[in-house]
Amino acid sequence: MINYSERIPNNVDLSGNRTLQRALEQWQPSFRQWWDDMGPDGSSNYDVYLRTAVSVDPKGWAHFDYVKMPDYRWGIFLAPSAGDRKIHFGEHKGEPVWQDVPGEYRSTLRRIIVTQGDTEPASVEQQRHLGLTAPSLYDLRNLFQVNVEEGRHLWAMTYLLHAHFGRDGREEGEALLERRAGDADNPRILTAFNEKTPDWLSFFMFTFITDRDGKFQLAALAESAFEPLVRTCRFMLTEEAHHMFVGESGVARIIQRTCEVMRDLKTDDPVKLRAAGVIDLPTLQKYLNFHYSVTGDLFGAEVSSNAATYYTNGLKGRFEEGKLDDDHTLHDDEYTILDVADERIVERHVPALSALNERLRDDWIRDVQAGVDRWNRIPARLGVDFRFKPPHKGFHRRIGLFAGAHLSPEGELMSEAEWTRRHLEWLPTEADRLFVHSLMSRCLEPGKFANWIAPPARGINNQPVEFEYVRFN
Amino acid sequence: MNTIDTKAPKSHDSLVDYRTEPSRYRHWQLACEGGVATLTLNIDEDGGIRPGYKLRLNSYDLGVDIELHDALQRIRFEHPEVRAVVFRSGKPKIFCSGANIHMLGLSTHAWVVNLCKFSNETRNGIEDASAHSGLKFIAACKGAAAGGGYELALACDEIVLVDDRNSAVSLPEVALLGVLPGTGGLTRLTDKRRVRRDHADIFCTISEGVRGERAKQWRLVDEVVRAQEFDAHIGERAAALAKGSDRPAGARGIALAHLERTDDAAGYHYQFVDVALDEAARTARIAVRAPAAVSARSAAEIAAEGANWWPLRMARELDDAILMLRTNHLELGLWVLATEGDKDVVLDIDATLEANRDDWFVRETIGMLRRTLARLDVSSRSLYALIEPGSCFAGTLFEIALAADRSYMLDDPGRPNAIALSTMNFGTLPMINGRSRLASRFYEDVAPIAAAKARIGDRLAPADALALGLVTAAPDDLDWRDEVRIALEERAALSPDALTGLEANLRFGIFETLNTRIFGRLSAWQNWVYNRPNAVGETGALTRYGSGRKAQFDRKRV
Repeated sequence: MINYSERIPNNVDLSGNRTLQRALEQWQPSFRQWWDDMGPDGSSNYDVYLRTAVSVDPKGWAHFDYVKMPDYRWGIFLAPSAGDRKIHFGEHKGEPVWQDVPGEYRSTLRRIIVTQGDTEPASVEQQRHLGLTAPSLYDLRNLFQVNVEEGRHLWAMTYLLHAHFGRDGREEGEALLERRAGDADNPRILTAFNEKTPDWLSFFMFTFITDRDGKFQLAALAESAFEPLVRTCRFMLTEEAHHMFVGESGVARIIQRTCEVMRDLKTDDPVKLRAAGVIDLPTLQKYLNFHYSVTGDLFGAEVSSNAATYYTNGLKGRFEEGKLDDDHTLHDDEYTILDVADERIVERHVPALSALNERLRDDWIRDVQAGVDRWNRIPARLGVDFRFKPPHKGFHRRIGLFAGAHLSPEGELMSEAEWTRRHLEWLPTEADRLFVHSLMSRCLEPGKFANWIAPPARGINNQPVEFEYVRFN
Repeated sequence: MNTIDTKAPKSHDSLVDYRTEPSRYRHWQLACEGGVATLTLNIDEDGGIRPGYKLRLNSYDLGVDIELHDALQRIRFEHPEVRAVVFRSGKPKIFCSGANIHMLGLSTHAWVVNLCKFSNETRNGIEDASAHSGLKFIAACKGAAAGGGYELALACDEIVLVDDRNSAVSLPEVALLGVLPGTGGLTRLTDKRRVRRDHADIFCTISEGVRGERAKQWRLVDEVVRAQEFDAHIGERAAALAKGSDRPAGARGIALAHLERTDDAAGYHYQFVDVALDEAARTARIAVRAPAAVSARSAAEIAAEGANWWPLRMARELDDAILMLRTNHLELGLWVLATEGDKDVVLDIDATLEANRDDWFVRETIGMLRRTLARLDVSSRSLYALIEPGSCFAGTLFEIALAADRSYMLDDPGRPNAIALSTMNFGTLPMINGRSRLASRFYEDVAPIAAAKARIGDRLAPADALALGLVTAAPDDLDWRDEVRIALEERAALSPDALTGLEANLRFGIFETLNTRIFGRLSAWQNWVYNRPNAVGETGALTRYGSGRKAQFDRKRV
């Protein structure tokens, strides 16, 4: 007899739910196997100073201690119920929220959960070799923290599948462990999650930009009429914030280090800066351009009937739906999107219902911009005349109305020939990637940091920066 | 909202034209190599045949299917070396997502029905080629096959689905649109693939479809194969299927030259076929001419004539005429069928067809005749054959009279008038119910069929024809004018919908096959569901699809 509450911290009455027990009994060994196969490379014996959620109250959700990652207690937590919540948008507005999946929306909800759930293990797979080139113990620990929490998010989504979708849900849970990022046979569902995360700069950009897509997707799902999904996503959002912190502060520390060297050497010459072992700012901008554009695609087509249907049926709301002041049905509202017509970028007014992907993308863009603004304080403070700028939202897109169009980061349309000639001014070249790759080497002495990245201002959980965040045994 | 309005008067440019050729394809690529043809579907989303929608996710409209129809014709005639055909997608993750739903939403009902009918005929043509032409078809679904995309796969001999834990086959029409699959999907699930009814019930009511091993267990696909082994598997299967083919090695293809047609206000004019439009009477007269003389008797002589050989050229012209009338002239509800020429010539050509039927090109030509006549059978128009002196209802051309709902034969003592039968009337050109038109006409009753057979080659005068049951009526010269006029006017006045149902009911008699069931269901259930408020009313599922609004159903079962 397994003591579920001990083995799997939870607030979903796991010990009293036989259906869920049966599902997890089968799934848990598969998950462990997946973690051994696809989790952080060669790390299973490390003691890592990790945050573990043991309950959802303020004291329990951030419990710090050394733990071997395979022994990490991946728990199942739902944020507390908000009481008698009513559906607050779409055609079911005003009706009580659903505690169970309505049959009518079974397949759509399942698809939404599977698509979200698929991204969680995907990023672990994408990042599994990064531990071998960690620039510090502090960063290594942060990587592992992100990884185990993505693993927990996978648990959270699998919980929903197991608890609410019967046999189909169990099969989907298995399939989440069978797909692999970048695998030719069983790739992950979304293209961005099949890309490589080959170096730490990519990792930081990914967690800053792509995990922010996760934040907005989860936030929109946290408005859903399906209460278990809402409570699951709410709790995931608290963890997602840390991942974005890792990304934003990681890039910020790289900027800091580069600006320091620029100041010391009194140069902005990329050749000299690279020779000094730091990443020049234009290269950082190129990485920003790349991750920004690839992630922009994750929001989907500007005009989407699926997005409209999800909203109308109450499955997925807008970002901070509850704080928006309108009728929350959007029958007659319009939204402005950008389109390409007659070789010009034009504004088009389309039904707001159909433009919900674009609206969420715009929310994300504002959030990214705020982070970039914070980055820009660093060169300003150090007297470096360089400012980062997210590219135009039509830049380098593969999905939606800008797919097939060629735009500069400034948003100028150009011919395919000109794009072919110039795109390497804006996106990382093979040489850029090789250079960044050449900087990646393991730096594991407590308190030491690789030359290309500055130390953080403070450590984790009030520990000093030189704390031994990972013990290798 | 824009509609694709097939009734609006239009300039000549906006007529739908079914003639195309590979160099003009926008959506398909045809590549033939080593006995295997690959048809790659890579739909140009801006290439819709009508404005107002984008053909996203490899979704099709009539223009896409016109190209497919042409490509299959090219494989039959221009590539005798091809023995297996592989359908592939040129797009990642998606095989084909079926008919474009926004196009359906913008279309008139008539447009949709015409599209479905043509798509059905093209898909039946795939199975026809598998049964008769030695061509075997594989659907290589390296991505999702939904709705009409899966129905295309169902028409193939084998369906292979990639096993990537994601790609599924599906018929989401009921769940998403409140309608039924329109191109034979339901019927092929049961009749062809023998999917158990409870499995079919589940499969047809879930939008996400079935993937992986379960798709194979439920017989929805023949094999599920991992992505990395997929192409090799398709290659092996194509080679295996090609082995069983009797298509000739080393034969030279017959180029299908551009079909010449003159269009004017009077109608459509071809070398052997003429279509006269009569908007006032709401009729069209289709006249088919026999050639002046027999020009080829041996397989070599026939091949030398190529696409100009009368049986093929006439069939292509008649096929095109039927399609032009069906698509572009909805209100011409009655087609008057006529023939002209020398019966001896046609009977002689029939003998040539029979004598050379093992030659691949003759076999393909007979197939073309069979499919063209079958197109006539399933056209939702009243068909009256008028058999007058100078007509040429002999052998193959008598099939046109047999296809008609009624045939009137002038019995004028002063002007000889006759029909004639050949062996072609007794099984070489079956209807889609698998029987000859004569056998169907007499419900396979042995005596009348034998009586007709005994008269092969004879000139049958009106009284004989009437006695043998081969014509409906034989008015004399005094009655003819009024009898025919009244029959035409009376018909043209009846409800077109009731007539469509009536004719579809009667034409195939008591014999059901997969194909008759497909067309019967299209005419009846599918079109009925498609026209109901729950589908196309203001709050119907099809109307509201993509709007983000929820469908509101009238819950009463009918």
